[in-house]
Amino acid sequence: MAVIEISKLTKHFGKIHAVDGLCLKIDEGEVFGLLGPNGAGKTTTIKMLATLLAPTSGRATVNGFDIAKSPSKVRQSIGIVFQEPSSDELLSGYENLKLHSMIYGLPGGLVEKRIDDALALVELSDRRNDLVKTYSGGMRRRLEIARGLLHQPKVLFLDEPTLGLDPRGRKTMWGYVKRLVAELNMTILLTTHYMEEADELAGRICVIDNGKAVAVDSPGALKAKVGGDLVTITSSPLPDLKSLTKLKFVRGAEMTDGRLLITVSDAAANLQELLAKIGKVECVEVRSPTLNDVFIKFTGRELEQAEGGWFDKIVQQSVNKQ
Amino acid sequence: MKDDSRMAHPSALKGAYAVWWRETTVFFREPPRIISAVVSPIIWLVIFGAGLGESVRIGGESYQQFIFGGVLVQTFLFSSLFYGAYLVWDRKIDVLKAVLVSPLSRSSIFLGKVLGGVTISLIESVIVLLVGAMIGMQYSPATFFIVLGLVALASAGLTALGLIVGSYMESPEGFQLLGSLVLFPMFFLSGALFPISNLTGPLGLVAALNPVTYIVDLLRGALSGVYYLDPAVDAVAFIGFIILANVAGVLAFERMKS
Ligand SMILES: Nc1ncnc2c1ncn2[C@@H]1O[C@H](COP(=O)(O)OP(=O)(O)OP(=O)(O)O)[C@@H](O)[C@H]1O
Ligand SMILES: [Mg+2]
Repeated sequence: MAVIEISKLTKHFGKIHAVDGLCLKIDEGEVFGLLGPNGAGKTTTIKMLATLLAPTSGRATVNGFDIAKSPSKVRQSIGIVFQEPSSDELLSGYENLKLHSMIYGLPGGLVEKRIDDALALVELSDRRNDLVKTYSGGMRRRLEIARGLLHQPKVLFLDEPTLGLDPRGRKTMWGYVKRLVAELNMTILLTTHYMEEADELAGRICVIDNGKAVAVDSPGALKAKVGGDLVTITSSPLPDLKSLTKLKFVRGAEMTDGRLLITVSDAAANLQELLAKIGKVECVEVRSPTLNDVFIKFTGRELEQAEGGWFDKIVQQSVNKQ
Repeated sequence: MKDDSRMAHPSALKGAYAVWWRETTVFFREPPRIISAVVSPIIWLVIFGAGLGESVRIGGESYQQFIFGGVLVQTFLFSSLFYGAYLVWDRKIDVLKAVLVSPLSRSSIFLGKVLGGVTISLIESVIVLLVGAMIGMQYSPATFFIVLGLVALASAGLTALGLIVGSYMESPEGFQLLGSLVLFPMFFLSGALFPISNLTGPLGLVAALNPVTYIVDLLRGALSGVYYLDPAVDAVAFIGFIILANVAGVLAFERMKS
């Protein structure tokens, strides 16, 4: 049964089409990932679903309630972890959670235990009485997550929940998201630009670009759409592309940066024959498709680059200078 | 599909209490806020009041006694309105949306905020009243409590007004504008520092429409027994203003997105 139904949801900010006719159905107990580069419209979508932003057009229901007609019912049904920390700096971690439990009407008997558990989970028990302004970025992020989970909502929105977490924190978080779904049958809508995260957590993924859904499916099925395994070959001289594409297991072949990128239906079975055809090679790399490949296929751009482009450039420049 | 079993059902009053608790706790952790709120009224009272006190007498009282009520109003007028407009700051540092996305009704949030503003005004007014007594202002213990009651009511109206402004304002830069365009005229044209019976024409009209005029007259009357307007008119304007501001405030909160 669909817990979130989105139909032609649209948000324009002046000329910018932040979300453009999005249609999605998300089932109960599903972890659904919105994957897309900066500015794709992920946060805008979540804000509309959480009733913090009015859509320009289109409609959506959450837990059966229309976001425009019964916003307070929607708010009663959801929890949210924002992309930017929204905890009170002048309150301690414990006080922030306490405040949250009062605002969400948690029964008095449950409060202290839930707070203790939540703080233990995000490993902030020893800093519980320190003001949030003394926390590091990652600690704030973790407190934010603890707060979003505290009242165990029916539907949880996680806007880049592991942004700024170290690898271990990220793994812990993943484990917890899985437990929430397994134990509480929570429905989770998660945004991320980390491929591994979407791959690890989401049952289905919507690849979103410029406010439009460009593909919706399970990570496995999306990767299958890329068309099999990828074989990268470096050799000189490079073999003839045409003769390769005649092989029936070769789905595609292209040259990039002086290397040959070949998509084959099943590398394990076909590699031998492929190499025999090519002849002498310097280096062979075989890998399964990643969501990044999926992204390239559907948008023609790299997700990783779209995400960290400027940063990479700065690093590159500073390296080049030396 | 609708599922009620896992929905949050916060109590309106507990929720308002939670918001109030947050407001007051945060207030005490920012000492500059309380200091700036009480220092300037005290300076007015000491320097202007005492300085001009010898040469100027108004309506039979010393100038210091005359402005005591006005200075008290200044204290909570500025703090109530700015407290309300602090909403913009909460929006900027992202804590506001966490409350707006919660299942708490907008009227509960509003009530909690107003009570927070009232509490802060009361604390500051107590300080100003006590410092006033130390420098020779005279009032009875009963007056002390009546005045605080009036402060609480007036501050409820003024805080609501500030919250309305804050709910529409986009950036903290608007604070400055609010101060110079609204607050200062409201204060100067209220009879706090000089009797408004001298004002005629448009200025007189502004003074008559200014809710602070009636707040000042009621408070000064309660403190010294001297009213410059009809106390019955004061009372009607005072209560009307408080009700109007709070109703408008709840409506403004209902429509606020983030
Ligand atoms: N309040 C706003 N006013 C104007 N434009 C906005 C506003 N909020 C978002 N946008 C624009 O809408 C587009 C989508 O933004 P959104 O925040 O939804 O992206 P996102 O997918 O969450 O990106 P990120 O990965 O950077 O968080 C962007 O082009 C952004 O500039
Ligand atoms: Mg975002």
